[in-house]
Amino acid sequence: MLASLFAQATDWVAPTIDWHAIAPELVLVVGINIILLLDLSLADAKKWMLATLSGFVMLGALVPVVTLFVIGDDSRSMFGGRYVIDEYALVLKGFFLLVAYVVILMSQTELEEGGYYQGEFYVLMLCSVLGMVMMTSSRDLVSIFVALELLSIPAYMLAAWNKRNPKSNEAGMKYYLLGVFASAIMLYGMSLLFGATNSTLLTEIGATLVDGNLSGIEVVGVVFVISGFAFKISAVPFHTWAPDTYEGAPTPVTAFLSVASKAAGFVALVTIIYLAFPNASDVYQPFIWVLAALTMTVGNVLALRQTNIVRMLAYSSVSQGGFILMPLAFAGEANASGSALNAVVVYLLVYGFMNLGAFATVIAVSRKTRSGEISSFGGLFSYAPGMAVLVTMFFASLAGIPPLGGWFAKFNAFKAVLDAQSSWAYVLASIAAVNTVISAAYYMKVLRTVWMDEAPDGDTSPINTPSPIKAALGLTLVGTLVVGVYPQSVANFGDLEDLTGTTELVVVVDAGG
Amino acid sequence: MLAVNFLLLAAVLFCIGVFGVIARRNAVMVLMSIELILNAVNLNLVAFALMNNNQEGQVFALYVIAIAAAEVGVGLAMVLMIYRNRKSIALDELSEMKG
Repeated sequence: MLASLFAQATDWVAPTIDWHAIAPELVLVVGINIILLLDLSLADAKKWMLATLSGFVMLGALVPVVTLFVIGDDSRSMFGGRYVIDEYALVLKGFFLLVAYVVILMSQTELEEGGYYQGEFYVLMLCSVLGMVMMTSSRDLVSIFVALELLSIPAYMLAAWNKRNPKSNEAGMKYYLLGVFASAIMLYGMSLLFGATNSTLLTEIGATLVDGNLSGIEVVGVVFVISGFAFKISAVPFHTWAPDTYEGAPTPVTAFLSVASKAAGFVALVTIIYLAFPNASDVYQPFIWVLAALTMTVGNVLALRQTNIVRMLAYSSVSQGGFILMPLAFAGEANASGSALNAVVVYLLVYGFMNLGAFATVIAVSRKTRSGEISSFGGLFSYAPGMAVLVTMFFASLAGIPPLGGWFAKFNAFKAVLDAQSSWAYVLASIAAVNTVISAAYYMKVLRTVWMDEAPDGDTSPINTPSPIKAALGLTLVGTLVVGVYPQSVANFGDLEDLTGTTELVVVVDAGG
Repeated sequence: MLAVNFLLLAAVLFCIGVFGVIARRNAVMVLMSIELILNAVNLNLVAFALMNNNQEGQVFALYVIAIAAAEVGVGLAMVLMIYRNRKSIALDELSEMKG
């Protein structure tokens, strides 16, 4: 056995590595190690420097993303097409790095005041971001699995960060058990797909699966893989962990999970659907249709009766996930395929900004009120008018009111669904329209409390917002406003040609079959 | 063919694992059930690699083994943390948040 392996070793050629293309990942890896080492020797009073340094690492990793985007000739592919850096990957890499930067700004003061372990927190968060950045480029079952675990395992620990608080323990444990269970199911599906198609490369799997002619093993594989990612994006009925984890975890971590981790799940789902399952649309389209309809409706109805603001935002993020999922139910239709990809990417970008902004306002307000109840927002307008306006902006954007970003994202999602021009598409669009109205009800409930109610304890001393949170609020506000007023700014980002040049492969199969 | 037996064994292991995750209330037992599922995956991958004469499956199985070890490390640490705070690792007692 060994002898035959050594015999092969002579004709083994080292893969050529495009250093510029993987520079963002390299910057992150180097940054993680520097922060880990610095944390050992730094005195407690100077730990705040680690937050600044992590911020610089994020921005440093953003530099090669920008240069690659500016050069932007064509997609760079490595390791036999298993790791591809194209427009789609670059836009989302930039998005994840920006989101992580904002989350670091939000968590800085929270960590310092709560006496948490700061160095380890930033190291784990950077590891998770590294996983997300890798996920955007992964085009192979193995690399998708490794990226998914790299982004999930640190996130389990972050959710349980407040380790003496039973609620945070419970949050971490629920997230961990359901997350690991989901990835085990997904892996089983992946092993079946590998067995049926004899390849782990997504494009080759896509070329082997033929619509209407799928074997039982292939159908089970497709369904299991999608179910695994449905946990990650907290689609109903796989959402049960989300509200408990979001409520129990420290609020900046909740913001990170509900935006970055969820977006990473969507990125993986989109890559797999467009590359591996283009010819399995008979199986995945009805499945995703049902998931999207259930996710929107159940998330919204449960959000209506929440009194805790974080828990309400948790259910709202479940239902927003349904809207992001909606266009994917028609990703296989010829006339909706392109606009569905555009709609998902644009929605993710906009959702990231407005949801992070909403969480930043919650952190800023609860620093004063020390409460997570919606009623504690009462009287905000009387003592902090600026913050009241910000809360209004972000929640109105989540509700989809023009001219804010959320409006354009929803509009795009509806357009993609209607492009499919089938009766199923019209039914789903109607369900989504009804849900938009329901969701407005609970977002407006918060705004009514902010503008109309009196402060519950009569305490009207002004809010003192630390500058990192102000910066986070500023960044997210600019993102939300710019997209709403000038939608072309992100609309082009979502206008991606194709994910990998796979279209050729698909055409070959069509001609042959 | 011989490899089909491995696939059947893997399917049985998978079902036992899923049943364990759903029915067990002890956190360590749930972790072990998840390990069963992951080992079903490994068996599947190696058996398919044998059937298709394709090394990729074996490489994939190595990745799965390594990452499963990391996952269980984190999981056991979390179980320990919960035991210290509550003196119990029964999962159905973890229900402070509802609704």
